[in-house]
Amino acid sequence: MVSATNPASAAPAIPRSDPRVRRILTVMNSHGRKSDALIQVLHAVQELFGYLPKSVIELISKEMRIPISRVYGVVTFYHFFSLKPMGEHSCVVCMGTACYVKGANLLIEQMEKGFNIKPGQVTKDNKLGLQAARCIGSCGLAPAVVFDGEVLARVKPEELVPKINEKLGVTA
Amino acid sequence: MKNHALYNLREKLVSERALHAKKVCVCMGGSCMASGSQKVLDKLKEEVKHSNIGSGVEIKSVGCMGACAKGPLVKMEADDVIYQKVNPDNLKPILTDHLKGHKPVPHMVLFADNDSQPTIKSSEHPFFKNQRMIVLENFSRLDPTSIEDYITAGGYKALQKALTQMTPEEVIGEVKQSGIRGRGGAGFPTGNKWEMSYKYVGENKYIVCNGDEGDPGAFMDRSILECDPHRILEGMILGGYATGATKGFAYIRGEYPLAIQRFTTAIQRAKKLGLLGKNILETNFSFDVEIRIGAGAFVCGEETALLASIEGKRGTPHVRPPYPAEKGLWDMPTIINNVETYANIPPIVEKGGEWYAGIGTPKSTGTKVFALSGCIQNTGLVEVPIGTTLRQVIFDIGGGIPGGKKFKAAQTGGPSGGCIPEQHLDTPLDYEALNKLGSIMGSGGLIVMDETSCMVDVARFFMDFCMDESCGKCVPCRVGTKHMFELLNKICKGNATEMDLELLESLAPMVKETSLCGLGQSAPNPLLSTLRYFRDEYLAHVREKRCPAGVCNMNPVLAEVR
Repeated sequence: MVSATNPASAAPAIPRSDPRVRRILTVMNSHGRKSDALIQVLHAVQELFGYLPKSVIELISKEMRIPISRVYGVVTFYHFFSLKPMGEHSCVVCMGTACYVKGANLLIEQMEKGFNIKPGQVTKDNKLGLQAARCIGSCGLAPAVVFDGEVLARVKPEELVPKINEKLGVTA
Repeated sequence: MKNHALYNLREKLVSERALHAKKVCVCMGGSCMASGSQKVLDKLKEEVKHSNIGSGVEIKSVGCMGACAKGPLVKMEADDVIYQKVNPDNLKPILTDHLKGHKPVPHMVLFADNDSQPTIKSSEHPFFKNQRMIVLENFSRLDPTSIEDYITAGGYKALQKALTQMTPEEVIGEVKQSGIRGRGGAGFPTGNKWEMSYKYVGENKYIVCNGDEGDPGAFMDRSILECDPHRILEGMILGGYATGATKGFAYIRGEYPLAIQRFTTAIQRAKKLGLLGKNILETNFSFDVEIRIGAGAFVCGEETALLASIEGKRGTPHVRPPYPAEKGLWDMPTIINNVETYANIPPIVEKGGEWYAGIGTPKSTGTKVFALSGCIQNTGLVEVPIGTTLRQVIFDIGGGIPGGKKFKAAQTGGPSGGCIPEQHLDTPLDYEALNKLGSIMGSGGLIVMDETSCMVDVARFFMDFCMDESCGKCVPCRVGTKHMFELLNKICKGNATEMDLELLESLAPMVKETSLCGLGQSAPNPLLSTLRYFRDEYLAHVREKRCPAGVCNMNPVLAEVR
């Protein structure tokens, strides 16, 4: 929960002078701090930090004059936003219909076996986060995987884990 | 910019561009870019610069050419030849043999890999020959980031016509006469919707473009946003003029960064030329467009949920009526149309509603873009007159099923649609015919499945999706989808009895009838349509604990224990 404090997992405070925070304030101002821009501001936070740190959510609530309960409600409603860090690298397996028909579930299985993580989880060393996407709209390249923004097309199940390892710089 | 200034600019551009006789066009659609078309573009530019191929050659980035699985694609525009799977290492012959020697390179031509005697001219290949392009007409010709290209191709002519020669009533009249129905899937007549909003006085009205293409397996809207953003923008401005709105929102999926980037560029360029913003074409009509980026919620494709999301709230739908055309964004009249609908508006205004009504069937006019994917030879984006049969799309244009496998079903409409079996392949693709089959037109995703797909597993896949994406506001959808998923899961695992099947059959219509919004009302469709056409597969799972397609992992022991 956003408001609960747990000293064990407390993230370091982010100073107001952090350039990322300043950038977020700029985005807020460009929308006139109107409450309907909340999702757009959250997008900026997600992009800059990779997740939505608690302190930034509190800042947004205060600056945009939106109750924190409502900000939290919006954050948890949309898949795009994450309350915890998503790992240094991201691997997104597309689970759209076209990819599914071409065996995307086997790709997920391989990733689960190869890295011991399930979709939505991060490896213990925080190197790699695995996600399942609803559809990335690259159905012509099915089954598709997106590694750090780069689309890998027509991925074969047996090739996936070695390929990701190679990209992570680990020699298997 | 004044009206006549735009005329002059267009004429100047057209005469300038005629000088570049030899155009080498590189596809910059999303799929081709993912396959590395940027490198191909750079390499081609470099090669031409350092060779003596001569003047008059222009290496140009253009939008999607349609055959998305074969990228990167390169088109020799003058000769109507498209090359497939081009990469920096194999592109030399295109320059030396074709551009310099005027001899096409047969083994690199599009679709050459399935064909010993490939069709050299792309327009003669069945994939293109059987299409009728209105929405996609500019795709392979224009640089999506250039407003000049769009103007050269006759862009913003419709806006000029509307603002200088037509009243808003006349614009609505043309749209009504065209008979165009919403391309988002529900098929509500666009002209009637616009008229509803027009009837309200006051300037606080809104135009919303629904670019939250959530259906898995659909990428039409993505491509239109990426490849012809000005067309959508022009459609939205025309909508604003017709209904009296002064502000528009384009709601684009967050998963489509390239679409967001290109649409943003389009807005900036249009503003610079005075085609968007205050006093468009120096008339007293003003209209502005803002982008809203979706944050990944399928339910936001539903119009009332989308409006909530634009207002910065959780995307939960509400009961209609009142319809958004009467009470939408901030309780003001709001027109919501799909990307493809807006892309159809400029040609309708320019060429007249009567022209458009002549295409398609009397009840469903015009063309429809389909995203053809799954187990099919020619994957990609196709546009056909409404009323074209499924067989024509899958076998004539799509080239049939690869690997000698048998066709099993075509899935239309995503998680809200259904699976159409072989005996209905000759059904015309129009709103009514598809409804009768228990599917829907939907936004245009068309996924072909062959005999290796298990239909129960497919139904479970879609139910899992709907369960996950249910916003949780109404009980039938929130609880119903969960129960249906669990029952389907049981069937797939071989733990189900016929009682479970009966329960499923009584639950599905209940969810369909009592859910609040389109998501819940249509969530049982994939289940109901597969039950209708592939009942034997369900029975094999339940009675014989066997998956005919060999997809499901059966665990029959547990059935006894239960």
